Amino acid sequence: MAALTFAVPRTVRVPRPNARRHLTGWAFVGPATLIVVGLSLFPAVWAFFISRAKWNGITAGVPVGWRNYQQLAQDPDMLAAARHTLLLTALFVPASIVLGIIVAIALNQRIRLIGFYRTCIFVPYVASAAATGILASFVFNPQFGAANDVLRHLGIPQQQFLESPSQALYVIVLIALWGEVGFTTVIYLAALQDIPKELVEAATMDGAGRWRVFRHVTLPELRPVTVFAAVWQTITAVQLFDLIYTTTRGGPLNSTQTVVYYIYELAFQTQRLGYGAAAAYLLFVVTLLLTLGIIWYSRRRGSEVF
Amino acid sequence: MLRKLPFSPWHLLLMPLALLFVLPLVQMVLTSFMSNAEINQFPPKLIPTTLHLEGWRALLAETNAVRWLLNSILVSAVSVVAHLVLCSTAGYGFARLKFAGRGIAFVVVVATVMIPIQLLMIPTYLMFARIGIVDTLAAAFVPWLASAFGIFMMRQFFLSLPAELEEAALIDGCGRWRTFRSIVLPLARPAMATLAVFTLLSSWNDLLWPLIAISDDSRFTLQVGLATFQGTRHTEWSQLMAGNVLATMPLILAFLLAQRRFIATMSFSGLKG
Repeated sequence: MAALTFAVPRTVRVPRPNARRHLTGWAFVGPATLIVVGLSLFPAVWAFFISRAKWNGITAGVPVGWRNYQQLAQDPDMLAAARHTLLLTALFVPASIVLGIIVAIALNQRIRLIGFYRTCIFVPYVASAAATGILASFVFNPQFGAANDVLRHLGIPQQQFLESPSQALYVIVLIALWGEVGFTTVIYLAALQDIPKELVEAATMDGAGRWRVFRHVTLPELRPVTVFAAVWQTITAVQLFDLIYTTTRGGPLNSTQTVVYYIYELAFQTQRLGYGAAAAYLLFVVTLLLTLGIIWYSRRRGSEVF
Repeated sequence: MLRKLPFSPWHLLLMPLALLFVLPLVQMVLTSFMSNAEINQFPPKLIPTTLHLEGWRALLAETNAVRWLLNSILVSAVSVVAHLVLCSTAGYGFARLKFAGRGIAFVVVVATVMIPIQLLMIPTYLMFARIGIVDTLAAAFVPWLASAFGIFMMRQFFLSLPAELEEAALIDGCGRWRTFRSIVLPLARPAMATLAVFTLLSSWNDLLWPLIAISDDSRFTLQVGLATFQGTRHTEWSQLMAGNVLATMPLILAFLLAQRRFIATMSFSGLKG
């Protein structure tokens, strides 16, 4: 065999094994790459062109340049939606981080029933946000819901919850926490178990109490996870849709109308595709900046502390 | 003072918390077995006096719930299988094979993670409308066939495997494809299980995309069916809760059976992020 291939003139032989190697490589990665890129990069570029047109999806679109974006900046509904999204994010992200740390520390103890507790606290995370929303609209029903019954036992006046414009958004934050705390808890639990035992022992030997160990050993060790949790939960909060759809659909009186919900309405209820695409681009850019901001801020703080 | 307790003080935090997380789900199941008269009482009853099956009967007889459940199972099954096949091959290719354009292709794939679905939904809808798959089940699963996250995760896993086994097989004259199938894939079972869990969770629980892409009642997934159904018949709570049990229980049961894998998946996505 070897002698035979050797006899073939070099110029004919060279390109073949190489081309075959490239082909094999692309045969492996091609299908998945094509699907992922075809269903994200291509539509994302297309969305930009749509965002610069006035278009209902049926008749021909009219190019309008940046007018959709200019109009968005003055749209009172968009500004209200942005305010609601911001408030929701500002409440949800820190709360889910703080609760995640506390619950993870509690679940990291060697006590009886710990397996049972872990299971209970993770189960809601597995349920979909849509199902959670449907369940929540039952629990928070002002007429016969369990939430009002609990308040009654505590001697607190009955509330309207999701039907009150001043309360609905806060109730949604609570429901979102119920559904999502399992996630921050589990990543903090994993991080806690990764902290080297020697570190804690050394600090205790040096006379540090529990609180000081937590403050000066545990918390700094959790910083990378916190950055990740902050980024992840910010994206979760900004993109929250299912829960709002199945509880309030943006109401009452638009009080829970968020940017994502507004985009959905613009594009798929009122067929303003160009305007909706522009709002989606704005949301994308803001989320990206927010995410980069969190990473930048934590890096800078990290270098100051150490 | 706390030292006198016969149990750890952590129970005082964890017990109420555990109940807070689980009782609403218990109430959901119990409510599906109540009569509507019982549900409308205040103060609410947690335990039904007798077992009422009206809610379940109405759900199964008057709605397309069984159809929705089958649709959900089909969409999730296709997504999981496609993910396992496509992401494992692509992950292996990016980890082990050298070919022209590998670097740039991988960077592009990973970068797509940043593009949110809200940006994609309008053009994707238009695209699917042109191909003619809007309002079919294919519209629901096509976006879930492969994901950048899956490719990235599988690549990380293959990079962590020692290459010697594969090299030995290749030297013995085993082709790339056979080496991958008979030597690498059996070693990849834990990573594949994690990928399957993650894909199942996201495709089963997806609401926004199928809500947009599907408008024919008989092609809804369970999540869409319930969400739209909730808007129209707001008062039939036993029926709605029965549907909710149907939508959450398969995954909760899967979770209880494979708790370790689920939790490993969640913490993995946190630590590698």
